[in-house]
Amino acid sequence: MKRFTDLYSRLDSTTKTNEKIAAMVDYFNGAPAADAAWAIYFLSGRRPKRLIQSRRLREWAAALTDIPDWLLVECHSAVGDSAETAALLLPAAAHSSDLPLHQWLETRILPLRELDDEQMKQQVLAWWATLDGMERFVLNKLLTGSFRVGVSQRLLTRALAQQSGIDEATVAHRLMGHWEPTPDFVAALLSHETTDADVSRPYPFFLAYALEETPVVLGSVEEWLVEWKWDGIRAQLVRRHGQSFLWSRGEELVSDRYPEVIAAAEALPDGTVLDGELLAWADGKVLPFAQLQRRIGRKSIGKKLLRDVPVLLLCYDLLEWQGKDVRHQSQWWRRERLAELLAAVDRPHLPLSEIVESDSWEALATIREESRDRLVEGFMLKRKSSPYRVGRRRGDWWKWKIDPYTIDAVLIYAQRGSGRRASLYSDYTFAVWDEGELVPFAKAYSGLTDAEMRRVDNFVRRNTRERFGPVRSVTPKLVFELAFENIQRSNRHKSGIAVRFPRILRWREDKQIEEADTLDTIKAMLP
Amino acid sequence: MSLLLELNDHGLYCAAGDFYIDPWQPVHRALVTHAHADHSRPGSAHYLIAEASLPVSRWRLGAEAPIETIPYHKPIEINGVRISYHPAGHIIGSAQIRVEYRGEVWVASGDYKIAPDPTCAPFEPVPCHTFITEATFGLPIYRWPEEAAVFGEVNDWWRQNQADGKASVIFAYALGKAQRVMTGIDPTIGPIFVHGAVNNMNRMVAQAGLSLPHSTYVNEAPAKTDWSQALIIAPTSARGTPWLRRFGAISTAFASGWMLVRGQRRRRSVDRGFVLSDHVDWEGLMLSVAATGAERVLVTHGNVPVVARYLREARGIEAYGLATPYGTDDDDATAEESE
Ligand SMILES: [Zn+2]
Ligand SMILES: [Zn+2]
Repeated sequence: MKRFTDLYSRLDSTTKTNEKIAAMVDYFNGAPAADAAWAIYFLSGRRPKRLIQSRRLREWAAALTDIPDWLLVECHSAVGDSAETAALLLPAAAHSSDLPLHQWLETRILPLRELDDEQMKQQVLAWWATLDGMERFVLNKLLTGSFRVGVSQRLLTRALAQQSGIDEATVAHRLMGHWEPTPDFVAALLSHETTDADVSRPYPFFLAYALEETPVVLGSVEEWLVEWKWDGIRAQLVRRHGQSFLWSRGEELVSDRYPEVIAAAEALPDGTVLDGELLAWADGKVLPFAQLQRRIGRKSIGKKLLRDVPVLLLCYDLLEWQGKDVRHQSQWWRRERLAELLAAVDRPHLPLSEIVESDSWEALATIREESRDRLVEGFMLKRKSSPYRVGRRRGDWWKWKIDPYTIDAVLIYAQRGSGRRASLYSDYTFAVWDEGELVPFAKAYSGLTDAEMRRVDNFVRRNTRERFGPVRSVTPKLVFELAFENIQRSNRHKSGIAVRFPRILRWREDKQIEEADTLDTIKAMLP
Repeated sequence: MSLLLELNDHGLYCAAGDFYIDPWQPVHRALVTHAHADHSRPGSAHYLIAEASLPVSRWRLGAEAPIETIPYHKPIEINGVRISYHPAGHIIGSAQIRVEYRGEVWVASGDYKIAPDPTCAPFEPVPCHTFITEATFGLPIYRWPEEAAVFGEVNDWWRQNQADGKASVIFAYALGKAQRVMTGIDPTIGPIFVHGAVNNMNRMVAQAGLSLPHSTYVNEAPAKTDWSQALIIAPTSARGTPWLRRFGAISTAFASGWMLVRGQRRRRSVDRGFVLSDHVDWEGLMLSVAATGAERVLVTHGNVPVVARYLREARGIEAYGLATPYGTDDDDATAEESE
């Protein structure tokens, strides 16, 4: 645990890529495979289910140190994180233990599930007494299922590749999908042999950056394959050895949730992997994302829901063909094979993504205007000659999105952020006018510079009207221009509308609150 | 009935003795606890400070300032009010000011800490009826680690940077913290360099009789200095400035009590945070209050409402906040600058 905590501290204290990689390489050089397995598990963003609510941890710590509730609220609000608050409240460890990470998890943390509440509490209190501050913090994070560290999958992959001498693409592929954090897994992950047996394993997704300028800079339009950019769930459909597996981009196996897609996959030949987008689709048209959302997170799907919100996989790309990894082939080659394949299987739940044909970028720009009516977000531009790459890369794939909706809204509530922003009021709720009243309609966290955020923080502290726990209501004075991607009716929201990906575009210091937009303006944007 | 010490728009005023403690406006007579800028302000007609504070106060208040000094523990009378200064353990020459009038005793502690610090005389609890305490770190999450462990971490970091070929730049408040860092680290690891602001303060504290390990002013460093072996001590204001470019590859650190909280560490965007404070932590604050035996506590400087409420509700002490501009009231972001 000490070694893993040191790794966490090193990763947490730097923003420099090289130092993060060096910290991981050092760790993997020294850690036994059983520990490395768990470290990889956590660094790749996997987490066991939450065992204890974070609120309970801080309450136990407060009770142990005789802290009244109101004081605990103050502490939590200053720290911004329950696991850390609990770790800080406790006195220094009486004695110290150095159990290896895998034993912590396998013999202590995971078996907590079997215990009742009081036993769990006694267990955790006993552990706290043997750990120093940072170890305690890491333990608390593991217990509450909220362990996060600023390392991307790509960085972890690079560190493992560097440490083992195996190329990055292979490591990335082997890290995908479902695996158990065992020494055997580490051995297979870092093995120099090339047979990769796991039937279900998907490929790392290739992700695009947003194009910030005119596509004219990309050269001739003929070199590009243009498709609509859909707002669904990016997914990979794996068909091998008579079995089908559907993976979401979050590397979650979601086969159970989309039985109609899995049924269609039966028609695919073995040794096929498709990249596509799960979309709710009815009567030849895509349904709003909110409809698809009804299917997400449902393990068991009722008949009615299946009928109301049918889902299909709109296919973009072919990654494995006739049992061979074809990602190195050109986009165009893969597209042609994909078209042939889908035509042959001919399943309505596996349609081919349409290509938008045009002879100039200007003509495309005009067609792009139809995006909102089509419920898409603009275009995807893919270089016809490009391979299917790993992770988010610039150059061969671009998202050419339509401009977001924008609106002027008034700041009415503020809350302290978390992490780096734990002591700043950086999470905001915004309102617009409705019949002379300000109604909240969106929350936004990002978009201001650090300097602006400090100024808003200052404003919040000086203009607080009421405090509700960590939230303050503030005198409505500041106007911000917000952007969002999509807009839908919603019964769950007071305003009657829900927006997707709201963010702050800029602070409109030139505007008075009377000049902010009205709910009617927003409703007029509904598709 | 008026209180022995009361706030007015110039500062904390003693009507019986007709003097102020740490006034923020010029007054005719100022009793000053210590030489940090939020407590020691120029322009008053007469100053009384602890003896050990003279060189730094002189620097802060100006060569012409009419300063009188007093040794710790020696009582004097001002207009029939009995005054004495007692060590506060905060920085060199820092004092708690004891005020006694007609049998009633008040102690204004200024800033203080109870952790050991070789750069100043240790804090002494002074029995009193009313105690004025600071509350910079007035939350139970603040619990200072042992100095030895912290300096062990600083030494390890410095050695590791040497091995990695990086200069070690540590940001610390120029008066107090910088000298504490210098006396705490192992000076045999490598050469120590200081920023101009720290160099000035070092000269002052040397005049006050404190001996520090040898250091070189950065501007006077030899042309081919190998910075990668050096520890460079700079004020917080040097963070992110072009002044740092001369050192080539650097690792940066910040020595402050705020470094205990992860969000604060990350917000400072330094490579390392070392938990080292010249203010009392929560437990130290509670112990100090108890040791004075005070039945009334006035709270300033930091987490004022929290400490006042806790003392009232959990300790049964009459306690309330005093609105002073020491430190800052509600702005965590700048509080560190007042240390
Ligand atoms: Zn001070
Ligand atoms: Zn101060």
